[in-house]
Amino acid sequence: MKEFIHNFFVTIYKKFTKEGFDEVMKRFAKWRLASLLAFAALILSACSGHPYLSTLQPAGEVAQKQYDLMVFTTWIMFGVMAVVGIIFVIVLVKFRRKDDKIPKQVEGSHTLEIIWTVIPILLVLVFAIPTVIQLFDLADVKAMDKKNEEGKTDALVVNVRANLYWWEFEYPNEGILTSQDLVVPTDEKVYFNLIASDVKHSFWIPAVGGKMDTNTENTNRMWLKFDSEKADDVNNIFYGKCAELCGPSHALMDFKVKAIPRAEFDQWVGNMQAVKEPVQATEPLAQQGQEIFNQSCIGCHAVTPANTTPEAARLAPNLTTFGEREKVAGILDHTEENVKKWLADPETIKPGNKMSGTYGELTPEQLDALTAYLMGLKVQGE
Amino acid sequence: MSTMAQKKGFGAVLWEYLTTVDHKKIAHLYLIAGGFFFIVGGIEALIIRIQLLKPNNDFVSAGLFNEVITMHGTTMIFLAAMPLLLGFMNAVMPLQIGARDVAFPFLNSLGFWLFFFGGVFLNLSWFMGGAPNAGWTSYASLSIAQEGHGIDFYALGLQISGFGTLMGGINFLVTIINMRAPGMTYMRMPLFSWTTFVASAMILFAFPPLTVALFLMTFDRMFGANFFDAAMGGNTIIWEHFFWIFGHPEVYILILPAFGIFSEIFAIFSRKRLFGYSSMVFATVLIAFLGFMVWAHHMFTTGLGPVANAIFSVSTMAIAVPTGIKIFNWLFTMWGGSIKLTTPMLWAIAFIPSFIMGGVTGVMLGSASQDFQYHDTYFVIAHFHYVIVGGVVFALFAGAHLWWPKMFGQMLNETLGKITFVLFFVGFHMTFFIQHFLGLWGMPRRIFTFLPGQGLETGNFISSIGAFLMGAGTIVFLLNVVITAVKNEKVGNDPWGDGRTIEWGIPSPPPFYNFKQLPLVRGIDTYWIEKMEGRKELVPAEPLGDIHMPNNSFIPFMISLGLFIAAFGAMHHGDQGNTWGLPVLIAGLVITFGSMLTRSLKDDHGYHIHKEELIDDEDKGVRA
Repeated sequence: MKEFIHNFFVTIYKKFTKEGFDEVMKRFAKWRLASLLAFAALILSACSGHPYLSTLQPAGEVAQKQYDLMVFTTWIMFGVMAVVGIIFVIVLVKFRRKDDKIPKQVEGSHTLEIIWTVIPILLVLVFAIPTVIQLFDLADVKAMDKKNEEGKTDALVVNVRANLYWWEFEYPNEGILTSQDLVVPTDEKVYFNLIASDVKHSFWIPAVGGKMDTNTENTNRMWLKFDSEKADDVNNIFYGKCAELCGPSHALMDFKVKAIPRAEFDQWVGNMQAVKEPVQATEPLAQQGQEIFNQSCIGCHAVTPANTTPEAARLAPNLTTFGEREKVAGILDHTEENVKKWLADPETIKPGNKMSGTYGELTPEQLDALTAYLMGLKVQGE
Repeated sequence: MSTMAQKKGFGAVLWEYLTTVDHKKIAHLYLIAGGFFFIVGGIEALIIRIQLLKPNNDFVSAGLFNEVITMHGTTMIFLAAMPLLLGFMNAVMPLQIGARDVAFPFLNSLGFWLFFFGGVFLNLSWFMGGAPNAGWTSYASLSIAQEGHGIDFYALGLQISGFGTLMGGINFLVTIINMRAPGMTYMRMPLFSWTTFVASAMILFAFPPLTVALFLMTFDRMFGANFFDAAMGGNTIIWEHFFWIFGHPEVYILILPAFGIFSEIFAIFSRKRLFGYSSMVFATVLIAFLGFMVWAHHMFTTGLGPVANAIFSVSTMAIAVPTGIKIFNWLFTMWGGSIKLTTPMLWAIAFIPSFIMGGVTGVMLGSASQDFQYHDTYFVIAHFHYVIVGGVVFALFAGAHLWWPKMFGQMLNETLGKITFVLFFVGFHMTFFIQHFLGLWGMPRRIFTFLPGQGLETGNFISSIGAFLMGAGTIVFLLNVVITAVKNEKVGNDPWGDGRTIEWGIPSPPPFYNFKQLPLVRGIDTYWIEKMEGRKELVPAEPLGDIHMPNNSFIPFMISLGLFIAAFGAMHHGDQGNTWGLPVLIAGLVITFGSMLTRSLKDDHGYHIHKEELIDDEDKGVRA
């Protein structure tokens, strides 16, 4: 039944909106309005934001659908505004007070009132149909329930866990876990389980698709698709944001998305899986750093990608790939300078974070050693 | 009674206002208190815009910023927009329907003082350990997790002021149902009175969910309950539902009276009766009805599933239909009319394109699958400021200029009024238009700073400059008020010359009993009908007789003060080592219930103004 209703709406949608829309566009072209449209497109492109962050430069199927609907709605709304605008201007030009005559007291007009009731109803229907179709499409996560013999899904699933103010990305099928930088393959649907461990957050990659809240008591599910060509344009990095107020550093709860071809992704997964034990540092300075790390940091931060520890014990970002991160703490450029700055006083960089005050003051030597160790945490080799 | 008109000392005036039960004086109180909170909320808005003037700004800290945004939203909605509208309802609605006061004058006073003390309590948080900081929506997981007393101030302060609003709503409902002048059928009521009626009905149904939610929040935070603690089997999503079941009707409670004000203005300054009066009434009722059916559109990203999202999506878009009806009716009220561009009319005309802009983005937001992109971004900020500022605040300015002469007997200066309008209008669009794009470019709302290099610099800079223009416009308005009060040039019954409804047929300001004889209503736009038939005054519906009036009372002030005190006790009794909390809580409640008991036991029959005194008044030139 559900399937039937869905198909029914899809057919109607195609008949009345998408093809209809193309038709209108063709006519526009015939009326030599193409140049006007090109001009409008130019203005639009001038104010469409940065490609790694903007919803106006969609880089995936979900964002593209939402963008198309946005454009479709905007055009119709321009039409409505034009009608109102014309009446508005006529009224203001023509009916200004010139003399002291009392105008005719008009009670109303049934014809007019019916017109401006029926037309908006039709317009609302025109919006409602594609909206409803798209809603069901975006909520289609059936692939997450289809398990193969091993009890795993064929589709790529990522469990996203939002924390004050960092993100954890667990790949249950692959048995690996990472933080802050989400790594995904391009051109295939990636499915997400979303949850928060402390307060409500919201998971949003603007250029790739709309957001979904990470609630504290239940798991939300969604899918996204990352376009390979668009990913090339932005050096494979998209920006992700927390979109729900979660405390002082809500503004700084950014993450990065590394969208890479499937082969590279598989390689990354293999590299991750190969790290069974914490990698031993080789340089003397880094070895010192590892010692400090093992004394003070390892209680919260893991350096192996296996997800064997229970959620409640994973108190801080997994640092297995720290040396390959895009940013320090999600926001600062990935330099040794910034790592030291962060370690010395995280509170000034992300107010209200949970790391501040959990360890004693670090000497400059300790900072150097720790930084050397952390920057050496890589899985992909040089 | 002639002593009332004599000049009184400051103390006597203050006492009069503390004890007044006269709807016109309570309106003054609402305007003063609401105006004060409007300025406070405005300053908070400017702090937000200064902080976001440039990337990585440190004008305020991250924690303080969250307090400022929370208080900006809470103050503007609960303590500025609502009371200012309640002020106009109080000042104008009884006059428009031809009543001598509201149905329950005592309750009216109580409503004001509850709102006032609730608002003061909420704002005292600034000086007592920090303001609430979980946003005006105070979503449960975040608000429950907050340390300190900020959220307690929010829950208790809104609870107290919410009682006041609920009483105001009930009072207006009863007034309109029972106290319309002879001949004033429902379908002859001026649109502002109609919207007051509908908004009051909405208050009646929308505020109880808020009351319940705030009680649950209070119990969670102050008495160790776990309604919203997921770890203890509670649920945070319930808070979202409660809040928005109240919160969405709330925005229509704000916008409908604003529509009412504009409906009056379009008719007056076009010299034409309102086009499609019945469909305007119908649209108002329909908007109110649908307003209760759409709350979950604030929660599209919460994860309610596609079925719920689809239903709420469609019901939300449906609201565009009655709103569209209204817009076209206003346009056709002006069509064929004789338009005079006075200050109120300028606000009304500017409202149309501004509000349409907000309506258009409203439909876009209502379309749930698109909303996944807009939700919790600056696009939403832009949208609701377009409807609330472009609708409600424009209406407040318009209404202030329109009814100032009726309330205070003096005209606000038209030139200054137009300067206010231009500054505010330009500033408004400058501030908020660009925010649509900021949202689409990936700027989430409620962020205390943004990083350089993400393309958000220019937009935020423009937006901040616009905010200062709005501030400048407001300052000019305040200047206007002062200058007008100093000049003190009295005006007659119908200072605009084109008044249509009953309030323009009586003196400005009206005598304290409003009508010597209740007016006879013979159709829509009562006073206009009389004017067109050559009369200068309203036709009386009754012979001159004694008028029964209520006595002033200090009890409403005391009841509210008691709750104000009790709230401090409730808030602090759970603090480590606190000993005074519980006694203060009890003492406050004793004051409140004791005052109520006094009210119940003490017979107060009011007093009568005798016929002879009314005739005396006439001799002194107070015509009614």
